[in-house]
Amino acid sequence: MCSNDKLCHEDITHEDITNDMLEKIDAVIQTHKKTPGAVITVLRECQDIVNYLPTPLIDYIAGRMNLPASEVFGVASFYSLFSLKPKGRHTVKVCTGTACYVKGIREVLSRIEGEFDLCEGETDKDRRFSLQGVRCLGACGLAPVMVVGEDTHGEVKPEKVVQILDNYK
Amino acid sequence: MTKLNLSALDALREKETARLNNPDITRLLICGGTGCHATGSIAVKDALNHEIADKGLEDSVKVVETGCNGFCALGPLMVIQPGGIFYTKLKADDIPELVESHVVNGEVVERLLYKDPATKKRVARLNDISFFAHQSPRALRNKGLIDPEKISEYIARDGYKGVAKALIDMTPEEIIQEMKASGMRGRGGAGFPTGLKWDFARQSEGEIKYVLCNADEGDPGAFMDRSILEADPHCVLEGMTIAAKAIQARKGYIYCRTEYQLAIKRLGIAIEQAKSHGLLGKDILGTGFDFDIEIYQGAGAFVCGEETALMRSIEGKRGMPRPRPPFPAHKGLWEKPSILNNVETLSNVPQIMLKGGDWYSSVGTETSKGTKVFAISGDVNNIGLVEVPMGTPLRSLIYDIGGGIPKKRKFKAVQLGGPSGGCIPEHLLDTPVDYEEIAKVGAIMGSGGVIVMDERSCMVDMARFFMDFIQDESCGKCTPWREGTFRMLEILEKICAGKGEPKDITDLEDLSHVIHQSALCGLGQTAANPVLSALKYFRAEFEAHVNEKVCPAKRCVPLLKFKVDPDLCKKCGLCFKSCPADAIDWEKKQVAYIHVDKCVKCMSCFDKCAFGAIF
Repeated sequence: MCSNDKLCHEDITHEDITNDMLEKIDAVIQTHKKTPGAVITVLRECQDIVNYLPTPLIDYIAGRMNLPASEVFGVASFYSLFSLKPKGRHTVKVCTGTACYVKGIREVLSRIEGEFDLCEGETDKDRRFSLQGVRCLGACGLAPVMVVGEDTHGEVKPEKVVQILDNYK
Repeated sequence: MTKLNLSALDALREKETARLNNPDITRLLICGGTGCHATGSIAVKDALNHEIADKGLEDSVKVVETGCNGFCALGPLMVIQPGGIFYTKLKADDIPELVESHVVNGEVVERLLYKDPATKKRVARLNDISFFAHQSPRALRNKGLIDPEKISEYIARDGYKGVAKALIDMTPEEIIQEMKASGMRGRGGAGFPTGLKWDFARQSEGEIKYVLCNADEGDPGAFMDRSILEADPHCVLEGMTIAAKAIQARKGYIYCRTEYQLAIKRLGIAIEQAKSHGLLGKDILGTGFDFDIEIYQGAGAFVCGEETALMRSIEGKRGMPRPRPPFPAHKGLWEKPSILNNVETLSNVPQIMLKGGDWYSSVGTETSKGTKVFAISGDVNNIGLVEVPMGTPLRSLIYDIGGGIPKKRKFKAVQLGGPSGGCIPEHLLDTPVDYEEIAKVGAIMGSGGVIVMDERSCMVDMARFFMDFIQDESCGKCTPWREGTFRMLEILEKICAGKGEPKDITDLEDLSHVIHQSALCGLGQTAANPVLSALKYFRAEFEAHVNEKVCPAKRCVPLLKFKVDPDLCKKCGLCFKSCPADAIDWEKKQVAYIHVDKCVKCMSCFDKCAFGAIF
């Protein structure tokens, strides 16, 4: 546990965290530090800044929030929202809920995996796409559903999926 | 905005009602739910605004973005009032014609109307469409009718009338009495009587108590909570405030899935507006009652739908359930007495206060009162949200409202209750929707996901699908869920891969019973339900996989041979054109031939063949 703010700041040097990001991270921690139970919110907002949660960042957050690093790591590794590995520029969330499954998401998923040479839960070498199979997105009316970044695509067919993804560079 | 007292609230309601019911104003209600946003409703709305401004109609025509209408598959949707004319699948390019024809000349644009899949006829009025005509909206009473980002429109539809009555005229005991009289049972899945739950928390001693709203809609195939939050966020806030008065809480949390960003945004706006109007926060409606609500975003864990796990998660910990007792009504969030209610449950509360428990219980069955929202999806013509009285037969849900199975395919099963539920076969379709009746046939009411499957679904594969889901979502705390479901998944994967042995089926049954009896939380105890119900009604399919190494639904790829039946082949060449691996030989007027060595088993040819010639 870290009691010295300055020391903490020096503690974190990581290739994916710029000084700009660190300032934002500090602001996030400052805002939520005194709210009980805020660690999930802090992790989410920090992940939004850095795009994933490198282990040194988890240690850093733990130190600044005066929590055991094991506890923060425990939370970060428990929830599927958090990624401990770098993510691609575009996160492709493929809904694997029941309605999408019945409507053929399996074929869509295997087409993406084949075409872009990446497996579910992984990021490709160029960090272009991260492919995630996610639980029901609540858009069952449009099944099968895929979300790329912020865009929801409904009624995705295996033969169309490559064309859709080609629009994301 | 000055804070309202009762008379100011009534005055605002009167003014807003007059504005909304003004017959000289045409209201173009464009659906702005997640589904319609995805299909392009924002571009349609922009085009509408542009066209209305262009024609100088701003004074007599108003474009209103509503919440989710529920009929998501046909989006973007629009209803034009007065008249209730319903347009589907709109595109920005359709708008000039639509405004000119409908708004200016009063002529309905036929080609954009809903087409009934059975009669193939166009239907103009929303209320004449069978999907809507059989519904009786209570929880969904405001869907598609109001702008969810304007509190005044909610107030005009009797909004905050229930809370005013509860805060001014009723004691906590009377509120709970009304809830008990309504017979309302929790709509999240377990069906615990809401009034009773509140009564336990009311009787718990403690200065600090919490009202929690479960908006962590994790069941795959259920999206009614998202829809309610997007279309009518204020009714949930109002329901929570009434609950707060009943148990004397000062603070509430809405635990919402982070995937539901639009719902979170609209809830945030609603909370701000309610506070600025004095309908939330300090001294609500000048009654001296304080209640504040905070939104807490989940981080993606199915198990957080379980009440004790959800409370752990709000405390910033791993969302793992703990044994009960103590029940949350005594020791809940931060060890304080708490109640947790689902979104749909809370959305019914204001109307129950206003119209009385007896009004609510006037429809339904002996043990299941009121209405229930179902999300119908899968292989069915009309996909969307429906609200029907308890006791409605499943057949009516699927055929009268859902419009039956597309492409003349055969119905196979309907999955109810998500990963804790089960598959119901054809011969039990007359089962009414009622907590007890549904449980009798091996499923559960659950949160109301209804997934229809036609003959192409393999029930062994579906059992495997649910087991894959549930074992992945184990929090890891109890061995039955963590290890037991893992073993069950292994067995099911083995069967689907064509390596099953007869003993596997009995092993599945044994494991199911052990898990049911020994898992820690409710979700774990019901984890094997999908497998048990599949075994009960579709045992022959399991046996075909195990004994004959055949998948009758042709779904389990390793069991398929990928051959062309020369008698059925119509020599059309569609399979040849769809093959990405050059594995098919075909020439005009020749039967196709599949080279098994080149085949990647992608199913493209299988899906394309309209004659069932590939097996």
